[in-house]
Amino acid sequence: MVETPRPKSPLLRSFRRPSVIPGFGISFGYTLTCLGLIVLLPLAGLVVKASGLGLSGIWEVATDPRVASALRISFGVSALAALVASAFGFLVAWVLTRYRFPGRKLVDAAVDLPFALPTAVAGIALASLYAPDGLLGSALARLGIQAAYTPVGIFIAMVFIGLPFAVRTVQPLIAEIDKEIEEASATLGATRLATLTKVVLPPLIPAVLTGFALAFARGVGEYGSIIFIAGNLPYVSEIAPLLIVIKLSEFDYGGAAAIATIMLGISFLTLLAINLIQAWSRRRFGYV
Amino acid sequence: MVRAVGLSLWVGAGLLACALPAAAETALLNVSYDPTRELYRDINAAFAEEWKAKTGEAITVRASHGGSGAQARTVIDGVDADVVTLGIPSDIDAIAKLTHKIPEDWRSKLPNTATPYTSTVVFLVRKGNPKGVKDWADLVKPDVKVITPNPKTSAGGRWNFLAAWGYAYNQDKDAAKADAFVGQVYKNVPVLDTGARGSTVTFAQRGLGDVLPTWENEAYLVLQEFGADKFDIVSPPSSIYAEPPVALVAANAERKGTTKAAQAYLDFLYTDRAQAIFAKHHYRPIKREAAAQADLAQLPEIKLFKIEDLQGSWDEIQKRNFDAGGLFDRLSRAGR
Amino acid sequence: MSEIFSPVAVPATKPAQVASEGAITRAVLIGIAVAFLALFLVLPLFAVFTQALSKGIGAFLDAFREPDAWSAIRLTLTVAAIAVPFNVVFGLAASWAIAKFEFPGKSLLITLIDLPFSVSPVVSGMIYVLLFGSQGLFGSWLIDHGIQILFALPGIVLATVFVTFPFVARELIPLMQEQGTAEEEAALTLGASGLHAFRTVTLPNIRWGLLYSVLLCNARAMGEFGAVSVVSGHIRGLTNTIPLHVEILYNEYNFVAAFAVASLLAALALITLVLKSFLEWRFAGELAHGRAH
Repeated sequence: MVETPRPKSPLLRSFRRPSVIPGFGISFGYTLTCLGLIVLLPLAGLVVKASGLGLSGIWEVATDPRVASALRISFGVSALAALVASAFGFLVAWVLTRYRFPGRKLVDAAVDLPFALPTAVAGIALASLYAPDGLLGSALARLGIQAAYTPVGIFIAMVFIGLPFAVRTVQPLIAEIDKEIEEASATLGATRLATLTKVVLPPLIPAVLTGFALAFARGVGEYGSIIFIAGNLPYVSEIAPLLIVIKLSEFDYGGAAAIATIMLGISFLTLLAINLIQAWSRRRFGYV
Repeated sequence: MVRAVGLSLWVGAGLLACALPAAAETALLNVSYDPTRELYRDINAAFAEEWKAKTGEAITVRASHGGSGAQARTVIDGVDADVVTLGIPSDIDAIAKLTHKIPEDWRSKLPNTATPYTSTVVFLVRKGNPKGVKDWADLVKPDVKVITPNPKTSAGGRWNFLAAWGYAYNQDKDAAKADAFVGQVYKNVPVLDTGARGSTVTFAQRGLGDVLPTWENEAYLVLQEFGADKFDIVSPPSSIYAEPPVALVAANAERKGTTKAAQAYLDFLYTDRAQAIFAKHHYRPIKREAAAQADLAQLPEIKLFKIEDLQGSWDEIQKRNFDAGGLFDRLSRAGR
Repeated sequence: MSEIFSPVAVPATKPAQVASEGAITRAVLIGIAVAFLALFLVLPLFAVFTQALSKGIGAFLDAFREPDAWSAIRLTLTVAAIAVPFNVVFGLAASWAIAKFEFPGKSLLITLIDLPFSVSPVVSGMIYVLLFGSQGLFGSWLIDHGIQILFALPGIVLATVFVTFPFVARELIPLMQEQGTAEEEAALTLGASGLHAFRTVTLPNIRWGLLYSVLLCNARAMGEFGAVSVVSGHIRGLTNTIPLHVEILYNEYNFVAAFAVASLLAALALITLVLKSFLEWRFAGELAHGRAH
């Protein structure tokens, strides 16, 4: 067993700022142990497996046309879906916090549905709705749009799972906007539109960006709800997580690990970007 | 810190405790491919009955189903399968090569190259066959949409792929032309599901596509499940001799002490009783005399070719067509 | 990321006329928002229930007469019963360490706790295959000692714990930060032991936030599909969870049963949302606020 630093040991005292609150050693140690065993060790295993290919090997996997196209589809469609989710998410958040209307609480609760609904269930439900003979699919078909089994299907599923992120990140901030500033702006003769774009919107941008990044990260990795509704055609509607599953079925563990590592790297960068946005916003506006 | 480590050890020990095998009655695990769900439900019940009669012991046979490649992967990663009954020989080869849990010469361990039943690929079309699909050549017509699973993940998808190739090759013995023909077929594919079952749902439930090349047994099952008034089965004049093989996962069975029962299970597949069950589920029994006449009558004469006769060993078949950079990869790259 | 789980304190004041949109604009915006949500979120849920009941209540109930369905339900409950308490203990420890103390590298630690959120579920399952699969890092050691982790309960639990890892911690960290350390310090000065202060001061302050995060964590734990599907092995009656059972039924063309079992999970989602809304409504003041970190 390793030497166990007691809470009062010089090492820990210099590490954290002094406090009378006890339990730093146990809670911090336990947190690190769990984090290490459950999250970091397995992820390290993944990176080790991928590094078996060498940097050039990973590059080769990433630039393989089929992998590149799957990554492009996953990231491209997800960005588009996150954009739409952010736009409508903002609208929904605005409506829910600013207006009073019957059933508002119900609508508010419904926003979290994609969180609570298992992705596989969402997948078969979406597929049955958007299939050419489905309720919405047949309506779209009359407009000449085929939703299910095309990238449009991927887009729909990603909007579905990304929406709550977009709503819930901006909602608390809209609720806390100082109304007096808006009123001041209006009193000084600004039009409503000018007030919105010049006064209300700017401080909300970081939150909107955070919501976008979260919806984006979630969409990129999503699997369960998409495979049922995407056509899964190579170069057309094949997403990166599906390609990982395919690589595994081909017993190509190295290739699967390489794609996973690339996605992991981008996820980490996205999270980092969120943190940077929040740090920037804290400096700029004094809150997140 | 001590307590933190102690606590996580305690949780870890809890997880380990769950992991230790619990003693129970003899249980076999059969890891199989996608369309055999209904088949092995009947086979397993019949075997349990025979085993009870013969030895007086109760036995449970559990089954696991999924895309053939994905299933092989779980065995490679450590699913405790006693026997594997997969869709295509190359998947069992992969287990043998990567884990050595199955001897490399597994195909010689059981009769008929370890294939207790065979099948073939037929076409399922919409009622009345509106697009007039009669033979493989019709799949490349520009207005025909073909639904087939991904050959990378599905054994059925691979048989479809090889059947189309074999048909084209047999026309004028030109491999390059056959490659191009298969490319044409896959240009007409709007959805590639990961398993045979996914493709059937897409075709039958979601109403996509004009023709579903599929396992013969699967085609009959669709008529049964979705209604014979909605679809027709078209048997092409020639198709592939599909061999879904079986093997004992020797190392697993030995460790679990189930070798005797597992071997008996595989031998049972070659008995008259099992052969009759195969025919009942629209597979082609290797002992036709054991099957009911009514069942056999549903399996029409089709000229069947063996892909091994055209492309060589299964190693070569797998490498040429489905491995990374193989024909399927090249075709989907060219076809985008 | 805590904002996600944070209920919203709605200002009680009515919007002043000058600082709002006209009535028509408002009605249009409400209309668009509600229609969008109905189309994208509510309709799929509705589809689950209509499909489940499409052949009548008898066919619906038949889905639950199968022993395989019950073993899937049992397994899912077992997994949640292990994974959720584990994450509660972790969440309490992590939020205590992070919220009550100052130390360098805190934001990195928070980012790492967040990481499972943005990892693809498929990858979450695969990492355990790479570790514990027979071809994996610890594979041969596990085989030599006769320990089965993958394709058995431990593997499914691990994948579930990974996927739900940040849920409790990320709700509790801002909540504890907001409440500061003054109350605990007072209790300690009055002679209470650390554990006693935690039980009598901290816990009551965070209980609703805790319950709230447990609800979401539980819903996700029971509904996880991608990660579990990679590590489960799909053995009927043994390693099938409810979402995997749904997939199996779907693949057996038993659509009514698939949607019936799926409706169980959908109902769980609804109950979660109802309880969550209730907590927000009743204890809004005691729940975390979005801007608290």
